[in-house]
Amino acid sequence: MRIRLRQVAGARSGDKGKHSNVGIYFYNQEVYDWAKEVISVKMIKNHFSEIVLGDVDRYELDNILALNFILKDSLGGGGSETLINDAQGKTHGQAALLLELDLPKKLEKHVKV
Amino acid sequence: MKKIIKVANGQGFWGDSIDAPYNLVKYGEIDYLTLDYLAEVTLSIMQRQKLKNPQKGYATDFIDLVKRVIKDIIDKNIKIITNAGGVNPEVCKEKLLEVAKELNLDIKIAIIKGDDILHDIDNLLDKGVDFQNMDDNSNFKDIKNNVYSANAYIDSFSIAEALSTGAQIVLAGRVSDPGLVLGPAIYEFNWQREDYDKLATGTLAGHILECGAQCSGGNYTDWKNVPDLANVGYPIASLSDSTTFTVSKDPNSGGLINRYTIIEQVLYEMGNPNHYISPDVVVDFTSFNINEISKDKVEISGVKGYEATDTYKVSINYFNGYKASGQLTISGPNALEKAELTAEIIWKRLKNAGLSFEDSLTEYLGFSSCHGTKMREFKSDNNEIVLRLSIRDRDKDKIIRFGKELAPVITAGPPGVTGFSGGRPRPQEIIAFWPCLINKKHIDTEVIF
Repeated sequence: MRIRLRQVAGARSGDKGKHSNVGIYFYNQEVYDWAKEVISVKMIKNHFSEIVLGDVDRYELDNILALNFILKDSLGGGGSETLINDAQGKTHGQAALLLELDLPKKLEKHVKV
Repeated sequence: MKKIIKVANGQGFWGDSIDAPYNLVKYGEIDYLTLDYLAEVTLSIMQRQKLKNPQKGYATDFIDLVKRVIKDIIDKNIKIITNAGGVNPEVCKEKLLEVAKELNLDIKIAIIKGDDILHDIDNLLDKGVDFQNMDDNSNFKDIKNNVYSANAYIDSFSIAEALSTGAQIVLAGRVSDPGLVLGPAIYEFNWQREDYDKLATGTLAGHILECGAQCSGGNYTDWKNVPDLANVGYPIASLSDSTTFTVSKDPNSGGLINRYTIIEQVLYEMGNPNHYISPDVVVDFTSFNINEISKDKVEISGVKGYEATDTYKVSINYFNGYKASGQLTISGPNALEKAELTAEIIWKRLKNAGLSFEDSLTEYLGFSSCHGTKMREFKSDNNEIVLRLSIRDRDKDKIIRFGKELAPVITAGPPGVTGFSGGRPRPQEIIAFWPCLINKKHIDTEVIF
């Protein structure tokens, strides 16, 4: 089924200088194992194409079922230099949860409304 | 029974709730209260204040707080660890002693010096420190003459040393944020520099607590299921001489602590989770286990750490021009189209007046300012849009001229434009951030009591 990421995960974001980070955590081990295979750097870069000017880095935290993405050059310079409204990327986590994905049938029981 | 210390954080940044630390002292049953007042840019603002007035340059909110809690912290023997000293901890200490004197109370305050290297820059350059930008490798000489502040993030053993003097309040400048929590643990449990896993445990506890309510229900994905956020309880960590700790809050407060509120804060401002570098230790954020042990109480165990690096991070701030932003609200039919026209009119008038800017930005709040145009869950017609126009330039006069061009569009633009009650946008200084590293041997910390 077609889902939004928010139906299987939560997220938080913040700034790292002129980059932002988006941490995405999953509520279920099986969903995390699937997401680790599916949610790629390319997918995140494409989802944030209007926001990220640089590369995207990706890290895995198996202990808390989480993926951490660094969105390079996503804050118009960041800190006090930026002109953008969301100067610290505080909303990038909410944006990540709008990602659309095809969830395998066997995982559908873990979907939140 | 194993000794446990309870460390709470009542202030995530300067501007955070003024009642949260008061409530922790009143109802929290805690041993230590930590208060973080310093963002990256705060120290440069304090240096500017101190330059104009040698009696300024610290977090003045802290004085007001101490007035409210000094009697209780003495009665309950709660110690306060804070970076409120800013770039002028001596004067901050004087003001606090005045507060105590007025109330006929006696309080011991220690200050930590050595992080502020603004006036040592030339000396350090002579010694071969290059202050090269650690993000983009640019050359410090390009900005040297515009520097407002320079502070090293010093280690948490200085906090432990300050506590060993018997001080009830420890006033630091730029220590690491997690260090405010780690410092008391180093002192209480006599942790050594080689106790990597324990230092990592205290650092992780500090990282989870450092943004206050952001681990106890604030800014949380599942916000609909957080009870009574209006009375949100700020976090309390219980640490022992081990690699296990818990995070909880006052049972009578609002908010929520569960595995996910904690995980969210663990991920906040996270870089490479395998190497979280603090002045004291390198923490492996992929190492620990997390468990809910009772209502609003989470246990974290098995934290791993590695030897600290031989450098401190230095935070330099420098003047880098001016900027301004102004907003107008555009309402009614075709709000977005009218907002686009409004922006076009203002930029065209400025161009006709002969102005161009180093940088400019047009944003449509309520439509696309945060996430762009394609990431939309539900399509809807906006009945109102806030138009936000921003510019950046080295020439302050151009910024002032920009500020005069917003109001006229209310009568000389499309219909339905309002929301200009704040007055003309004013120029703001851009205080840019220059992160770099310095070998630890160049920084001498000192505790004065």
